Amino acid sequence: MKKFIGKRAIASAISLVGLVILVFFLSRLTGDPTDLYLPIDATQEMRDKFRELHGLNDPLIVQFGRYVWDLLHFDFGESIRQARPAMDVVLEGFRWTLTLAVVTMTLVTVAAIVIGSLAAFKVGGVFDRITSFFSLIGASAPDFWIAIVGIVIFAVQLRWLPTSGTGTIWHWILPISVLFIRPFGLILQVVRGSMITALSSAYVKTAKAKGVPPRPIIFVHGLRNAMLPVITVIGDQAAGILNGAVVVETIFGFPGIGKLMIDAILQRDFAVILAAIMVSAVAIFIMNLLIDLAYAMLDPRIRY
Amino acid sequence: MAEHLLEVRNLSVDFHTAAGTVSAVRNVSWHLDRGETLAILGESGSGKSVSASTIMNLIDMPPGEIKSGEVLFEGRDLLKMTDEQRRELNGCRIAMIFQDPLSHLNPVYTVGWQICEMMTVHDVPGDEAKARTLELLKRVGIPNPEAAMGKYPHEFSGGQRQRLMIAMALALKPDILIADEPTTALDVTVQAQVLALLEELQRETGMGLLLITHDLGVVAEIADRVVVMNKGEIVETGDAAEVYRNPKHPYTKRLIDAAPGKGETRDEEDRLGEPLLRVDRLQQHYGGFHALKGASFSIMPGETVAIVGESGSGKSTMARAILRLDEPSGGKVIWKGRDLLQMTSKELFAIRRDIQMVFQDPTQSLNPRMTVYQIISEAWIVHPDILPKARWKDRVAELLVQVGLSPEMAKRYPHQFSGGQRQRIAIARALALEPKLIICDEAVSALDVSIQAQVIELLDGLRRDLGLSYLFIAHDLPVVRDFADRVIVMKSGEIVEEGHVGQIFDAPRMPYTKALLAASLDPDPEVQAARRNARKSEGLVPA
Repeated sequence: MKKFIGKRAIASAISLVGLVILVFFLSRLTGDPTDLYLPIDATQEMRDKFRELHGLNDPLIVQFGRYVWDLLHFDFGESIRQARPAMDVVLEGFRWTLTLAVVTMTLVTVAAIVIGSLAAFKVGGVFDRITSFFSLIGASAPDFWIAIVGIVIFAVQLRWLPTSGTGTIWHWILPISVLFIRPFGLILQVVRGSMITALSSAYVKTAKAKGVPPRPIIFVHGLRNAMLPVITVIGDQAAGILNGAVVVETIFGFPGIGKLMIDAILQRDFAVILAAIMVSAVAIFIMNLLIDLAYAMLDPRIRY
Repeated sequence: MAEHLLEVRNLSVDFHTAAGTVSAVRNVSWHLDRGETLAILGESGSGKSVSASTIMNLIDMPPGEIKSGEVLFEGRDLLKMTDEQRRELNGCRIAMIFQDPLSHLNPVYTVGWQICEMMTVHDVPGDEAKARTLELLKRVGIPNPEAAMGKYPHEFSGGQRQRLMIAMALALKPDILIADEPTTALDVTVQAQVLALLEELQRETGMGLLLITHDLGVVAEIADRVVVMNKGEIVETGDAAEVYRNPKHPYTKRLIDAAPGKGETRDEEDRLGEPLLRVDRLQQHYGGFHALKGASFSIMPGETVAIVGESGSGKSTMARAILRLDEPSGGKVIWKGRDLLQMTSKELFAIRRDIQMVFQDPTQSLNPRMTVYQIISEAWIVHPDILPKARWKDRVAELLVQVGLSPEMAKRYPHQFSGGQRQRIAIARALALEPKLIICDEAVSALDVSIQAQVIELLDGLRRDLGLSYLFIAHDLPVVRDFADRVIVMKSGEIVEEGHVGQIFDAPRMPYTKALLAASLDPDPEVQAARRNARKSEGLVPA
């Protein structure tokens, strides 16, 4: 098990190095931050000074070497925009996104599993048809549209919820609801399909022959077997939010890592872009590891 | 009229499918008493399992529909009870075990938990259930029961898994045990042990045992009475030995005639000259595991050599190694004087058409998206020198006739055929390359007895007409007896005994061969009774 985690960590570290190299050079292609940060009529002297200050005068390869050297000392560079360590800026945003992801995915998982399992128990029944109808709509509705309609209805017309920003618990409701809908529809469909297979299996027949009542048949015998494909999709959807729910965070003015990344790219704030990518990469690595461990926990036949 | 423990009266069950309504059973009536073993005998599609599923409330409705009838347990009609009442009976008063214990045990829970659950759902307190589980595991002969409680189904062997199922089913001392093909997936020696265990437990508890099987040997071994089913109807019923001796219905007669292992063994022929295939000290290692430990034998032209052995004996590994489907670890395979294992892939390609293979499960070995014409003619796309394209159609028709199908079937897809017909298609495909040797890996094991007999006859006819040789891999000894010239007995990757078929069956030398023969079941209840006594007195059942 330790060996497995070690192997995975090394493989992920190698991809991370590649990613950092790629993003470092690609982001420089977007242009020189000097033009963005200084007024159009800034003197050449001011421009040179700005460049000197942020190390932009050196050849790219020298800048890269310096960046790597700093990285090895856990220095992730300074945000040009905010004039403070890039990592501080990123971790601040990441905390918001992580909370958003954890809350949303917990709600999605519980709701999708319970409703999907019950739908699978009587395939083609009224409950199954209703959930299939709504989950299909949920899985296919574009989130930017839901977000805007949500704001129009609940914030502008009904005035129940704030339009955007953070501060109170009410500010969380619209972003979470919008982020909830698509993964919920998708995971519910996967749970349903996987449960139909599990519930028609031979071991469920045995359970019925033992006289086990329907509820434990669904949630004890069926569910644990049906969970493996579900976990894969949960991980995939959670990764989507962790990477920054860019659209939703932007619409709701939510200070998460997705909005931060978009802003950093637009502002050519290179250190922040790189730090944000590293943080979300590590987060996704940890999540994938947790998923693999969950596999082994759920299915005794899987051993690493 | 005295009340029976269980009585099925005029039961008719339909299944509504997209293709129309199928009556699975029609007007079926039978009964079971305490301490008695009733066998329901039938081939696939006979409806033999339907009444058991009805008793256990396992029929999904829809698509199933119980049209009419009563199922009386101690005089009460099960079909009139609520689901709740039937759940109370299931497992507690009437228990069931199934054919394939691996898929019927939940893979993600420990066996201890699963056996305990049988008791806890019927209100036995947890501690008591645990203690009883331990006793049960001991009783059914699971080694080291304490440790076994915490293990998962995949950590046991096939025979042990069926013992676990039996332990679970008998946890609450039910009045009736329904066993649906309980030994079909097991090796012969394990089959004998499991049947012996069932019989012992029946004597101890006095339960009624309902056995559903396709195997006349199982009926002969364990049943008191037999119900013979065909196409959803009962064709005959009576005392098991009496039905075997004097079958009244033509279907029963056909079924008994088709049972393999009764005919004369083939006469010994002196075959001189060069062997067609010579296998020399063939080895196959998977990591540290030696699946084949240096096996040597040869096949003469026109000869049928059978390899028999239980699962894990290395018989299929041998087939795959000879064809280099898995690269062997050592040894030689001499074909027409040249070592197949030394050939380049190009040379091997040319030789491949001489040696063809027919697999166990034709459903899996035929591509479902290809027509029969495409399946058979594909060989000529790969080896274009065999036949010009203009003649393909005629040749496919010819081959289909040769294997007992009709030429117009060429346009159909595999799923439109029965299991036996599919195996005929697989044989036609093998013949398309005009091979000298056909390796049959359990080629008739998945087929019903009557179909099995037909396919064997077909293979034997082809041998005579075309001068083919066969390497016939099987676990079923009676089939081999009817068909083979020479028999090779394998165990744990080694050849234990080799000899002419008459010698192996009538005068086996090695203890393992003797044990295998003693454990294999004869369809004749009298022969079987004698064999059972001999087995007991000589202690020949291998552990």
